[in-house]
Amino acid sequence: MSEMTAEGGHGAVPLSGVPVQPEPTVSRRDWPLYEVFVRGKRGLNHVHVGSLHAPDAEMAVHAARDLYTRRNEGVSIWVVRSADVTASSPDEKDPMFAPSGDKVYRHPTFYDIPDDVPHI
Amino acid sequence: MSIASPPVPAPAADPGTTPDIEALQRHFDDTIAAEHRIEPRDWMPDGYRRTLVRQIAQHAHSEIIGMQPEGDWLLSAPSLRRKAILLAKVQDEAGHGLYLYSAAETLGADRADLTDKLIEGRQKYSSIFNYPTLSYADVGVIGWLVDGAAICNQVPLCRSSYGPYARAMIRICKEESFHQRQGYELLLTMMRGTDEQRAMVQDAVDRWWWPSLMMFGPPDAESPNTAQSMAWGIKRHTNDELRQRYVDMTVPQAEFLGVTLPDPELSLDPETGRHRFGAIDWSELKRVISGEGAMNRLRLARRRAARDDNAWVTEAATAYAEKHAAEKRA
Ligand SMILES: [Fe+2]
Ligand SMILES: [Fe+2]
Repeated sequence: MSEMTAEGGHGAVPLSGVPVQPEPTVSRRDWPLYEVFVRGKRGLNHVHVGSLHAPDAEMAVHAARDLYTRRNEGVSIWVVRSADVTASSPDEKDPMFAPSGDKVYRHPTFYDIPDDVPHI
Repeated sequence: MSIASPPVPAPAADPGTTPDIEALQRHFDDTIAAEHRIEPRDWMPDGYRRTLVRQIAQHAHSEIIGMQPEGDWLLSAPSLRRKAILLAKVQDEAGHGLYLYSAAETLGADRADLTDKLIEGRQKYSSIFNYPTLSYADVGVIGWLVDGAAICNQVPLCRSSYGPYARAMIRICKEESFHQRQGYELLLTMMRGTDEQRAMVQDAVDRWWWPSLMMFGPPDAESPNTAQSMAWGIKRHTNDELRQRYVDMTVPQAEFLGVTLPDPELSLDPETGRHRFGAIDWSELKRVISGEGAMNRLRLARRRAARDDNAWVTEAATAYAEKHAAEKRA
């Protein structure tokens, strides 16, 4: 009997002999992946909440409503195809964000103002 | 490159140079040590990725299969109120599965492929769902004990080192609280009812107590992988720690309810304030998880039927999308 542990929420499952590499399968649907963004309430930004597969954007919005807003979590949903997202690379971490790192004068705390100046 | 695509396996190095794996490993170790989160596009060791895919996939499968034991009572709910509650709960479990498949996909897994691996029996789901639900009291006891044990397991996972998993767990934990409370309230209602109803509750507790303790997995001494998972920050407490916490939380709830937990050795240790409990029959867990539970075959057969018999729905949706795309182009 292979080793088991309480991996995940609902309890003990086996650890060995469990394949984890993706393989081509009969049920693969080739529906694109959409990233889902929800505006929690008016006045807030849309925030990324997860992803789902759907045959098109319209059905992605409907599926996102059922999946991510079952308890009034949102007043507006955006979906965008994951493939259309352009992201910075984690390897660019230093060069990408360095230009803002040394510009301390962009922060209000950079400036010394005497304590007795009101409302500033 | 999409934000959900699998992380770059090697660093972006100048062409012709080899990636500095040691530096990447150090950066990964430092991130974990600082209790920062690993995100999908970060470099991560292969073992970390494989462990996470296995853990998240089998967690997702447990949520999806977990719809069935209670789903069996949807059409026999005793009132419209109970039916609406149970429907919402079962629907939540589907949602939990989908949040988790979404997290697994950020590691390069494919959810249709994971479903196939479940149906073929190559990936597993929690043994707890291989027990039958014999009466409506089981619905209450599952909410109270099974979701209660899941909460013990899941709350620490909200601090998992893998960002998408931790975020999915936060969302799930919020919903689990409703699951446990609706179950306990159902049981309180039955306990205030007739002798027959009280006997149904006791019978359900007798059947589910020990399996709920087994949900936490074998004793620590027999869980050699726990150390690595804890070092990686994807498991936060050992099986025995979580089980003890669960027993300590549950005993007073049982007393309030007026049911007897079926363990003559259960007693409060006045020195530690913790409960001692009897030996768990691990051979039962092994039997049930390897396919000899009462319901294993039925659970998988139904999941297979859901995939195959409903294939026409996905085909129709695809056709609809294609038709509309063509109309837009015209
Ligand atoms: Fe769940
Ligand atoms: Fe639940």
